[in-house]
Amino acid sequence: MKQLLILSGKGGTGKTTIASAFIKLNGAKAYADCDVDAPNLHLITKQISEPKKEDYYGLPKAEINTDLCIECDQCRQNCRFEAILKDEKYEVDYYACEGCGVCELVCPEGAVALKPAAAGELMLYASEGEVFSTAQLKMGSGNSGKLVTEVKKQMKTASKNAEFAIIDGSPGMGCPVIASLSGVDMVLVVAEPSISGISDMVRIINTAANFGVRIAVCINKYDTNTENSEKIESFCKEHRLSFLGRIPFDVDAVEAINNGRTIVDIDCTSGEAVKAVYDRTLKLLFEGGG
Amino acid sequence: MRIAVLSGKGGTGKTMVSVNLSAATKKSTYIDCDVEEPNGHLFFKPVGINEEEVSVLIPEVDKEFCNGCKKCVDFCKFNALAYVKDSLIIFEDICHSCGGCVLLCPEKALTEKEKVIGMVQKGMSDQVEVFTGILNPGEPSGVPIINRLLDENKSENKPGNKSESEQMTFIDCPPGSACIVMESIKDADYCILVAEPTLFGVYNLNMVYELVTLFNKPVGVVLNKCLEGENPAEKFCLEKGINVLTRIPFDKELGLLNSNAEIAVRKSEKYRTIFTSLLDTVKKEVHHETAFNS
Amino acid sequence: MIIAVPVDEKNIKSRVCVSFGRTPYFLIYDTDSKEDKILDNSAAASAGGAGIKAAQLIADNKANILLTPRLGEKAADVLKAAKIAIYKTTNASAKENIDAFIAGKLSLLDEIHKGFHGHGG
Repeated sequence: MKQLLILSGKGGTGKTTIASAFIKLNGAKAYADCDVDAPNLHLITKQISEPKKEDYYGLPKAEINTDLCIECDQCRQNCRFEAILKDEKYEVDYYACEGCGVCELVCPEGAVALKPAAAGELMLYASEGEVFSTAQLKMGSGNSGKLVTEVKKQMKTASKNAEFAIIDGSPGMGCPVIASLSGVDMVLVVAEPSISGISDMVRIINTAANFGVRIAVCINKYDTNTENSEKIESFCKEHRLSFLGRIPFDVDAVEAINNGRTIVDIDCTSGEAVKAVYDRTLKLLFEGGG
Repeated sequence: MRIAVLSGKGGTGKTMVSVNLSAATKKSTYIDCDVEEPNGHLFFKPVGINEEEVSVLIPEVDKEFCNGCKKCVDFCKFNALAYVKDSLIIFEDICHSCGGCVLLCPEKALTEKEKVIGMVQKGMSDQVEVFTGILNPGEPSGVPIINRLLDENKSENKPGNKSESEQMTFIDCPPGSACIVMESIKDADYCILVAEPTLFGVYNLNMVYELVTLFNKPVGVVLNKCLEGENPAEKFCLEKGINVLTRIPFDKELGLLNSNAEIAVRKSEKYRTIFTSLLDTVKKEVHHETAFNS
Repeated sequence: MIIAVPVDEKNIKSRVCVSFGRTPYFLIYDTDSKEDKILDNSAAASAGGAGIKAAQLIADNKANILLTPRLGEKAADVLKAAKIAIYKTTNASAKENIDAFIAGKLSLLDEIHKGFHGHGG
């Protein structure tokens, strides 16, 4: 299975809009949303069936049995995350607890225990030979590379025969991005022509380069700042990165998304441009060269 | 007065709103808590920068004392330790600095040392004091940097020092609703949520709205990039009864200023007016909340 | 010599698991006695650092050789310290890979990927 990962360094560049257009154009049989913090892809790839849901467990969290607690304060004094609250009784701040187990270790009465905690939910939509894997992290559960790995694993297991998979990546630079990068054949970076967009793009390209993955770049909303767009293109030239095209800002695109449609479902300028980027991406991925 | 600016996702204009609100205030502090991708300094270009490293504690082993009992290896929930061929290996970037192994070691072979994970920069940009947190790539958690940023700000604004309620601080939060965002809003008096007028925008707004209500924070929404026609985010606010603070129309001029990392209120009279009036609205909201709660 | 192989199923004919740290089982094969046994991989459920824990597990079981399709950086550090040599598997079963190794047909794994840093919490 060839895997294409769409990344952007930061959110809001149009990564999901482009991923959904690619899925539509390709009639993709396998795709996944690795933005487990704020998944959006399901809003636009219409799913007819109900997903199969599964709880995802992160690190366990501490729980204090107040019947056994003698209020010696050891747990609170030794917790580095300020996760032990002392009110009338001792309590664990669920969101601050990192599950390190120090409180359990120091408690002389065995009143503290680590309990499994659901940190999110994995969802798998499968119908008509099409597989869509996604997940939603619970609030305050921290960024989890493991959940991203699970999303990808779930997609691969459910669609063993698919030749091609499209993955909407996680924003940022942290471990979820590293997890989404592992095992992919190519990364398409969606860049935005702003000073901060360029700075984020450079950081994400450096990260991806560490993995030895083929990297290509396209610009979204290129006409909002043509000068910066040119800077992005010359950066690509300088670093021998494949540049696959420019997509214009398009009011129609917003409307399409709001109606739950992809930008290639309607006749619009951004849709036309994304088609060209799509063709070049597939050519590069399946035929190589540049 | 501490105002946190958040959004469910990056790219909604969170930094634009917090930067411009800070710049529209006579004297203010801007804190960039988006430590993975701090962008506020690109706008402010602060001068007179003062840098301080931020460290966490990680274990160090004295081989003389280690007898290979492996209690620390078994204890570590993060698997940051391994013991093979008579030596203990410590993986520093996996360690969460809980200190458990040091407490546990029966031979007292483990001690702690400091490890730099990033830094805090302070500088001035006109009347705005700019705080930036920068997390080194590959480090597991930016929370210690955020805590340092907020603590430094608090110690500078001691009650009685200058009237704390008048000193405005704007906190540019990381995107999303992870624990790092919770740290950022912990001490905020008010939260501004920035939302885009799309279906995605609504979904993300809903997430971050749930987060701030979980913390019982008073909240208002800035609708950004508004276009003609229906605005799903506005509809959402109406349905939930969330206060809409202002609507910023989609505008090429603002887009261009922003993409060139210029501060709109310093370049355009129009935006000075828009953000000054937003600032007044926010101040009134906060006073109202304080009066209401006391 | 003791060989460890990450496997999907609890027998020697199983496919080799693509993930070292999160493999459900390890096959441990002793070339002298020609006996094999299956270990449950207690590292598989870890939120993070699974590779490190899995490496510790096979080191504790006195393995000298690991056969795996890929490996993270940190797991490789532990294995190196434990003086365990790492060879790259082919698409075949665990048994066939062990035979290929004994026949000198497998090459050393030289491509180590940066780990996933799967931090929870």
